[in-house]
Amino acid sequence: MTLDRRRFLRAGLLGATAVLSGCKVLDGANVQGSVTRGVFEAVSPLTYRAQRLLGGGHSLAPEYTDADIRQGQRPNGSTDPDGAEYRALAAAGFEDYVLRVTGMVEQPLVLTYAEVQAMPARTQITRHDCVEGWSCIAKWTGVPLGLVLDRARPFPEARFAVFHCYDAIERGLSGEVRYYESIDLIDAHHPQTILAYGMNGAALPIANGAPLRLRVERQLGYKMAKYVHTIELVDSFAGLGFGRGSYWADRGYEWYAGI
Amino acid sequence: MAQRNGGYGSGPLIYRQTLLTRATHWVWAVSLFFLMLTGLQIFNAYPSLHLGNESGFEYDNALLEIGARQVGDAVQGYTRIGPWVFDTTGVLGVQGDAVQAFPAALTIPSNQSLATGRIIHFFFAWVLVGTLAVWAVASAISGHLRQLVPTGRDLAALPRDLADHARLRFHHGRGYNVLQKLAYAGVLFVALPLMILTGLSMSPSFNAIAPWLLEVLGGRQTARTLHFVVMLALVGFFIVHMLMIVAAGPLNELRSIVTGWYRVDAEKRDGHDA
Repeated sequence: MTLDRRRFLRAGLLGATAVLSGCKVLDGANVQGSVTRGVFEAVSPLTYRAQRLLGGGHSLAPEYTDADIRQGQRPNGSTDPDGAEYRALAAAGFEDYVLRVTGMVEQPLVLTYAEVQAMPARTQITRHDCVEGWSCIAKWTGVPLGLVLDRARPFPEARFAVFHCYDAIERGLSGEVRYYESIDLIDAHHPQTILAYGMNGAALPIANGAPLRLRVERQLGYKMAKYVHTIELVDSFAGLGFGRGSYWADRGYEWYAGI
Repeated sequence: MAQRNGGYGSGPLIYRQTLLTRATHWVWAVSLFFLMLTGLQIFNAYPSLHLGNESGFEYDNALLEIGARQVGDAVQGYTRIGPWVFDTTGVLGVQGDAVQAFPAALTIPSNQSLATGRIIHFFFAWVLVGTLAVWAVASAISGHLRQLVPTGRDLAALPRDLADHARLRFHHGRGYNVLQKLAYAGVLFVALPLMILTGLSMSPSFNAIAPWLLEVLGGRQTARTLHFVVMLALVGFFIVHMLMIVAAGPLNELRSIVTGWYRVDAEKRDGHDA
């Protein structure tokens, strides 16, 4: 009986401490590289595997109709890159833009904007889900990424497609930090994964990523890099940013954003 | 007290809660605590709830919105529910110098960090789903699940049980009374499954796996709204749960959920089912 009572007190005390210290209790998890954060982050690969297992490579994101487009596509993140190279391209209406495909490919590519737009296109009306929680429906037109990769013929060892972008969200001591993202080759070859140059029936606006942005419809918005200039095929993230595979992953977000 | 409750504390100690029930209870309690507070952190990143598939920016489909606005020289926190706007400065929207929907004391981590809130949220979501699955299978086999489902006799006793609870007359029996069954079954068979399904329906990858679920729930933003509403229902359950424990004898109740041993009332001669 006394033992029981002591156990209640101990449990009660633990509970009260957790509630009182309220929400600072897991503040240690803010620190990247900490053990606490590592424990929590360990479930992200589990989510990735579970969703790949259930969805396979080709489960399709829901597509909507023209009647579902009730507003413009809300821009987020960078909306007007100010690098000199990008400004010059934009001033000329992106006529001189080229898309490069490099890295672990048999045939590196340099495609003009006209060549990209001459490739077979796909148009899809899909929902854009921001990590913040909001959603917005828009119509996207672009070339399936898989077709571009087929031309470049990735090496069998290639595991990820990395998207290098013109925009810089922040400026560090060592200069500006350019946006980059990466996806696995399952998503890269997914039929709804496109490099979009059109939106809602018109040319892709600068605020939404002109001249070329990625659409990865089974993941959150931050995966869908805007202002893409180079696609690099890699087998690891070493040597890219802080090595986590994306601008936002380097800043603590999950690399896999299927949830 | 003892007499009023018909022999409270005078019956034998019985082994009422199995180790599995006790262990899962505490894992769920801890998980739901962190899920709720990281959930409010995630909510703070976009503090509006909408109906349908998308969030209206150029039209209004918001049910709830928490925000801040300039009123004269001051920043006012406001909460809008449908057409009604309330000044919630100090609590929601603005707390002192902090401009955020829910205050730091209710979010994990205490600073604004969507990324950290998300990784902790998904960690405990997996813990909750995993333990629920283990519990459901084991309880189906052991017959514990049936103990949570109200019987016809339970439902017939509902008016009397309601009246007894209203007068704070509690019976401490071997099994659960009908209100307990309804509350626990409501949480375990309705609220938590709804939380999991509405949570999954916010995942674009899961939408591709089960588009039908998104349609049943009425779209991604409706799912997000439902996720929030069911959270409120769970908070309501928690408050009543705590009040009932205090009212029914906290030491006995706590002992049963920690050690499994529970002191029942002395048997009454009329054979009243407690």
